[in-house]
Amino acid sequence: MNLKLWISCGVAALATSAAAQDSNALAVDGEALLTEAAAPLHMENVDTIYSGWRFRASETQALQSDDFDNPGMIFVDQAIDLWAKVDGSEGKSCASCHENVEDFAGLRPTLPRVEDGELVTMENIINECRTERMGAEPWKWSKGNMTAMTALIGLQSRGMPVNVAIDGDAAPFWEKGKELYYTRVGQLDMACSNCHEDNYGTMIRADHLSQGQINGFPTYRLKNAKLNSSHGRFKGCMKNIRATPFKEGGEEFKALELYLASRGEGLAVETPSVRN
Amino acid sequence: MAKGVKPRVKVPKKASAGETITIKTLISHKMESGQRKDGDGNAIPRSIINRFTADFNDQNVIDVTLEPAISTNPYFQFEAVVPESGEFKFTWYDDDGSVYDTSKKIEVS
Repeated sequence: MNLKLWISCGVAALATSAAAQDSNALAVDGEALLTEAAAPLHMENVDTIYSGWRFRASETQALQSDDFDNPGMIFVDQAIDLWAKVDGSEGKSCASCHENVEDFAGLRPTLPRVEDGELVTMENIINECRTERMGAEPWKWSKGNMTAMTALIGLQSRGMPVNVAIDGDAAPFWEKGKELYYTRVGQLDMACSNCHEDNYGTMIRADHLSQGQINGFPTYRLKNAKLNSSHGRFKGCMKNIRATPFKEGGEEFKALELYLASRGEGLAVETPSVRN
Repeated sequence: MAKGVKPRVKVPKKASAGETITIKTLISHKMESGQRKDGDGNAIPRSIINRFTADFNDQNVIDVTLEPAISTNPYFQFEAVVPESGEFKFTWYDDDGSVYDTSKKIEVS
């Protein structure tokens, strides 16, 4: 269904019965999450930003509103075990230094950020801990252990609004991300913006195009029954437009991640979200 | 024993006598169908959860046979009428002989 029509239906339903549950409102185990916000000022062509949750079928939406039904939570459970698991030459686990994972509340919405002139994502921070302090092998960007851990850490910030720094040191990275977003690539000669800015809310064959927000990553996707990193998703998009994808964890995707995060400023972190 | 198997169950802690409650269960399991091949072309042996049961105070309430077409992390949701306080016991039987179980108490007032 056309998004605008969909929203007006929602508004009409609200107007007639204030007590009725607005089907467009996401609440996880009773805690409401913001899925709609005024677009940040730097977005010139969009007035309102919507979480990808709003574009999914009601069955998929329902999966995310109960933590038991959310299949992404299986991986969060695995990460809780990983958190306490000793690995590497130093005989340390995550829990050896960071007592409670709850202490990371507030981290997810501020990433990626610039540290010592480099743009770092949560994957970079985890791998730095693993190689520098634990003496362990770094995890691969989109492999199970990594996405489970980013989900566990991201979950601590669920409900907090995305708020990344895009000025100062981060400005050049942000500019680069923006350029990537609007650059047409691949055999189909498409940019991110062609689908996610010009045509969100319409159908692309069987798929309902979203705004490409990344506030719910890592995301459990029904199509592959596992958690997916945002970089893995970018790669999938680029393959769909017959382009050669950039490397996961590379400079291009990190810059794009920062730019996309900034396009979702104000939306609630939904990690781990459920999508098709 | 298959790797990363973890049962999860949601049962309300309290209910009134005769009330119908909803029980949700999920076990994280690969459910290897036996149809796939590994990188060298050898068939990966079948390893699925083939049976799921739930008992209430040692009385069987549900007994399910699972087949290879059932996807990874099998999820069961069912309703039960609870006559008295007691304990639900959930058991999953693996092809490789492993048995996973978990219990939940419920208080009926």
